[in-house]
Amino acid sequence: MADIERHSFDVLVVGAGGAGLRAAIAAHDAGAKVGIVCKSLLGKAHTVMAEGGIAAAMANVWKEDNWKVHFRDTMRGGKMLNHWRMAQLHAQEAPDRVRELEEWGALFDRTPDGLISQRDFGGHRYARLAHVGDRTGLELIRTLQQRAVALGIEVFMEATITRLLKDGDRIAGAFGYWRESGRFVAFEAPSVVLATGGIGKSYKVTSNSWEYTGDGHALALEAGASLVNMEFVQFHPTGMVWPPSVKGILVTESVRGDGGVLRNSEGRRFMFDYIPEFFKAETADSEEEADRWYEDKTNNRRPPELLPRDEVARAINAEVKAGRGSPHGGVFLDIASRRTPEYIRRRLPSMYHQFKELADVDITAEPMEVGPTCHYVMGGVAVDPDTGESAVQGLYAAGEVAGGMHGANRLGGNSLSDLLVFGRRTGLNAAYAAARLKQRPAISEDDVRAASEHALAPFGIEGGENPYTVQHDLQEVMHNLVGIIRTAGEMEQALTDLASLRERITRLSVEGHRQYNPGWHLALDLRNMLRVSECIARAALERTESRGGHTRDDFPATDDSWGKINLHCRLDGEAVGVTHEPLPQMPDDLRELFN
Amino acid sequence: MGYDLKMKVWRGDATGGDLVDYTVPVEEGEVVLDALHRIQATQSGDLAVRWNCKAGKCGSCSTEINGKPRLACMTRLSTFEEGETVTVTPLRTFPVVRDLVTDVSYNYRVAETVPAFAPEPRPADGQYRMQQVDVERGQEFRKCIECFLCQDVCHVIRDHEENKQSFSGPRFFLRYAELEMHPLDTNDRRALAREQAGIGLCNITKCCTDVCPEGIHITDNAIIPMKERVVDRSFDPVTWLGRKIFRRDQLPEAQVPQARAE
Amino acid sequence: MAAPTGIKSPTRARIAARTLRTDRWWLYPTFTALVLLAFVVYATYRAFVGEYYFAEPYLTPFYSPCVTTECVDGSRHLGTWVGDWWPFSPAVLILVIPLSLRLTCYYYRKAYYRSIWMSPPACAVGEPHRRYTGETRFPLILQNIHRYALYLALAYNVLLTYDAVMAFKSPEGEWGHMGLGTLILVVNAVLLALYSLSCHSCRHIIGGRLRNFSKHPVRYRLWGGVSVLNGRHAQLAWASLVWVAFTDFYIWMVASGTWSDPRFF
Repeated sequence: MADIERHSFDVLVVGAGGAGLRAAIAAHDAGAKVGIVCKSLLGKAHTVMAEGGIAAAMANVWKEDNWKVHFRDTMRGGKMLNHWRMAQLHAQEAPDRVRELEEWGALFDRTPDGLISQRDFGGHRYARLAHVGDRTGLELIRTLQQRAVALGIEVFMEATITRLLKDGDRIAGAFGYWRESGRFVAFEAPSVVLATGGIGKSYKVTSNSWEYTGDGHALALEAGASLVNMEFVQFHPTGMVWPPSVKGILVTESVRGDGGVLRNSEGRRFMFDYIPEFFKAETADSEEEADRWYEDKTNNRRPPELLPRDEVARAINAEVKAGRGSPHGGVFLDIASRRTPEYIRRRLPSMYHQFKELADVDITAEPMEVGPTCHYVMGGVAVDPDTGESAVQGLYAAGEVAGGMHGANRLGGNSLSDLLVFGRRTGLNAAYAAARLKQRPAISEDDVRAASEHALAPFGIEGGENPYTVQHDLQEVMHNLVGIIRTAGEMEQALTDLASLRERITRLSVEGHRQYNPGWHLALDLRNMLRVSECIARAALERTESRGGHTRDDFPATDDSWGKINLHCRLDGEAVGVTHEPLPQMPDDLRELFN
Repeated sequence: MGYDLKMKVWRGDATGGDLVDYTVPVEEGEVVLDALHRIQATQSGDLAVRWNCKAGKCGSCSTEINGKPRLACMTRLSTFEEGETVTVTPLRTFPVVRDLVTDVSYNYRVAETVPAFAPEPRPADGQYRMQQVDVERGQEFRKCIECFLCQDVCHVIRDHEENKQSFSGPRFFLRYAELEMHPLDTNDRRALAREQAGIGLCNITKCCTDVCPEGIHITDNAIIPMKERVVDRSFDPVTWLGRKIFRRDQLPEAQVPQARAE
Repeated sequence: MAAPTGIKSPTRARIAARTLRTDRWWLYPTFTALVLLAFVVYATYRAFVGEYYFAEPYLTPFYSPCVTTECVDGSRHLGTWVGDWWPFSPAVLILVIPLSLRLTCYYYRKAYYRSIWMSPPACAVGEPHRRYTGETRFPLILQNIHRYALYLALAYNVLLTYDAVMAFKSPEGEWGHMGLGTLILVVNAVLLALYSLSCHSCRHIIGGRLRNFSKHPVRYRLWGGVSVLNGRHAQLAWASLVWVAFTDFYIWMVASGTWSDPRFF
């Protein structure tokens, strides 16, 4: 295997979304030699799809806001299953991370006194999301991308990592291929940061792009790390439902933050019928109070449309099931009757554009049709909150691929701040750890050879399964059996189906050659998707309660005893196993915030 | 309602290729990218096409559809007649890799030559202050999704390969303009816009604006204002005198990043 | 033969066609070229012919200001200070100003680079030239003096406004009268003023060159106004071009006695 292209770095970052770029910048600042590997072109990562904003208690709009309020909102939104330390660091450090972006050229919308403006979002007590219209993710990624380019950080674009390489028990590097040529490349690096995002492509209706095949989750599992909270998958309440080709594309929560309301086919604002006990005290119970809240937050309670995403998604699901849905199987999201066309076009330019171009709907004149779409996985690699290191020495994770921060449900706006806060932390710590090493780990030639044989396997099979068909079948299984509402019987069925899919992916065959061959790429990605799907199904079957992004029809109540338990997925040979582990307990001074 | 769409898709690589005929069933509301995906899934599993978000936000699926640079995910099939053949080719300004995928590394090389944002120091309270009217100009340019359709359509490099050495293209004039108009930036990038980015090569024929999927007024709001700023700096004797005699309009010259200068 | 460049470069997708566009992309350049050529032919003829340019009180914009001794009585509002050495018609002397504005105008540049120079003829249609240096060399580098053409043109607009005001006289020289010609001259002055003010250089000078709008609220508002006009620059360019030719044609017809000017009051 001497002919394989090789590179050596102190820190190798896998993924070039917000977390990956922020980690790379931090590692570079800490003096490390950094390389970034990403599946797409630089600047195309899924972060560009984030619309609403970056949650940070900067108190630019509401003086009452501070990190403690943000921490409390995050924990409550996560149904208290978050790792308290991650939620604390996140709330404390997010404001600085936002200001830093400004120093690198980001142009946020402003308040009248020239500070960064902040907008309302579901689950947040105060208007807290720093934003740029409804394209905040694009601003974030472009800013970080331009910063990384200015620092001269090396980027390997359109390259996919298929294996992590170890030296004994610790990380030694990674192996992958160039999409463009199909040639292999090996990276030697004592610290590897996974920042590969989520898993949404295993679901049929999703807001996620093709890249979201759970690569980092699967790589970490195979390297020996554990995944935590995998049963919690967030279905965003508002995805497009029509036309079919765009089903699942996100409709930002800012539509509701800026005054949009949900109605069923009878014209009723049905969210008032779905306010859970847990949030009753802080949610408006009349339309009048809800409407006053936009102007006066001190004396009024929040509209129920701005409940955390899991609540809203379930409510929409229930309305559609009860036969009160819109013509294409969603509900109506109406901002046209509540705000002026100028306001809508200024605050929500991409939404206006998206509906106009893709659905022929003018959102300033008519309501949108929306329904739940698979959006985010709360679960991910279990990491140390302060450093981002996983159970495997030298393996780090940040962003969506890391678990713990969001508990059972993520609040809107908390993901962009998560990327920045933990991207920076893992980048720094990955660099420090590499610098502390006395002897660099080495990658073994046998591992490289095994990895390349593994990657080439689909070319050796004639007349096998079509990867596109298998992907389609996998998406059906996950959508129908491990979707937004779950039961034991369906999930057992899912596990049986996944087992047969696991058998089918050993017989995938691809046509053509190695150069930019999407069939081959999908064949390799499918292995990851399947592993992650199995984790989700097993953990979801195990947790016999409903909480946040995990709703059991057979166990509809939240069970306090489950509130002290995290489920961890690990790989044992080829089998996925789930273990119960105690939830880390927060210190008393933080606990007091909830009394 | 559904019908069978006739397509011609360019397949091949740098050594050669051809338009290949496909007939693919399509449904109401679909876009060109849906049809390409259906070809991949049912007819040619190795058809190479670059895409990501399929919502017009990432700028990956840039191709030429019936000869026009477009995003495949934002080109609805309803814009064609039912019997019409839809021809899809790779971008014709960049080297082809395979099928519809081109090597757009030229753009990333140019990006490395743009001097970074150089803000003034933070005020004592740590909070930069900018007014909405001042950030709005730059925000228009930062809507850019880097689909590189403007670069593709620009005849300066589309029709003259050799100009790639001395010309940055509309996408990067946007970047120069954004930094020149940034309320906090402290550098003068006008000399570089002329010498490094080659803004004089642009003859403002506006095709970049015509193809921009984000509707950015590239020519009117970025390129022409940059040309006028270059005139202030290099061609207008009155502003030249003003600078020399009254010491007005004096900011440090931006430099091409050292690490990238070679 | 030199190595092929452009869309025939060896690394690019090998597609023989110069363009695969299926729409009528040639319509815009053809139409533009025809209108521009028609105007040039008409304007050249009228500028050199040296007669029928004044019909009391109307002076055609092609000959305003008329400043050589050759100018007929009544058309010499600014005197004849150029004297008698100028060998051509007085129009040639003055038409340089609007010509330089239009030649260097950012909109007309697009129009004639596309339609006359075919560089490119239309978007994503291969251009016929082997080499291309844009506006980096003489003579095209002179396009950069557009703002000076604007300054001159603004002064010229003052004169055209003056001519429009003078058109409120009767042929006998009494104020307070108006004919169809007056209306035509007023519209002409307004269109030319709007065309000049909507120019990109004007937009830059008024406020575009500022880094911080918020520190210059008055210039910001003016810039906003010019920006609105600037969005209509192309339409104003064509409207003012056609109208100025029509104005001249009308006065030609009246001066030659072919038409008589309807008087309103």
